[in-house]
Amino acid sequence: MATKELNVSLDAEGFMTDPNQWTPEIAEAMAEEEGIAPLTERHWQVINWVRKEAARTGEFPSLRAISKRSGVDTKELYELFPKGPARKIARCAGYPKPKGCI
Amino acid sequence: MSGERKLAIICSKGSLDMAYPGLILANAARMMGIEADLFFTFWGMDIITKDKVDHLKVTPVGNPAMHMPQFVGGLPGMTDVATAMLKKEIERLDIPPVREFLQMVHDAGCGIYACKLAAEMMHLKREDLVDEVDDIIGAMEFLEKAEGAQLLFI
Repeated sequence: MATKELNVSLDAEGFMTDPNQWTPEIAEAMAEEEGIAPLTERHWQVINWVRKEAARTGEFPSLRAISKRSGVDTKELYELFPKGPARKIARCAGYPKPKGCI
Repeated sequence: MSGERKLAIICSKGSLDMAYPGLILANAARMMGIEADLFFTFWGMDIITKDKVDHLKVTPVGNPAMHMPQFVGGLPGMTDVATAMLKKEIERLDIPPVREFLQMVHDAGCGIYACKLAAEMMHLKREDLVDEVDDIIGAMEFLEKAEGAQLLFI
């Protein structure tokens, strides 16, 4: 299913604008569009950790924080979410485009 | 969006404050799917030299952005004070120390190269450099690697 058909608000680049609208089905649809479907258990470990962390702190975590604390290191992050992990993780986790530098 | 984009960064300075711009940009490039290579030359060799990388300093002397009289910056201990202050701020912003940053950008797929001429000039061998260094290469080889890339000299 395309993300446009999911009835959630997206910005011009396809990022969700309201993380509360997120469902696991949205993650699968985003992954499809990003060319990384189907999502594996390792993808889900990242997505679930990121959502928990973002809900806890109110901010989308840096890629460095993800690599240090999600249980998935930098190398694997780039394998799971190749060619732009910051964008792909944020889209799958239902968050706006990350602005952090790290 | 950025399929063909590529970045090549020459790091020629070895102070703590000049180590970060190249590392941050190379890492940001990789985070958004842009290819990136770092090429270290001259004083920049300190950033990838095993016994120097953890001891990079920022000096207030000759730096007007420190907003202090030059003679104050030259007083004994001022370099250590400035270095400690910068390191504290870097840590507060969750930016890794240089050694860890090199590992992070390398794990992210950024190429790390040392300048052959600078290595010879400073009597540095492969084993003197951090493990992340992919190769010691000459200027021509670097230019070949940087073909089609946007080039930055820091």
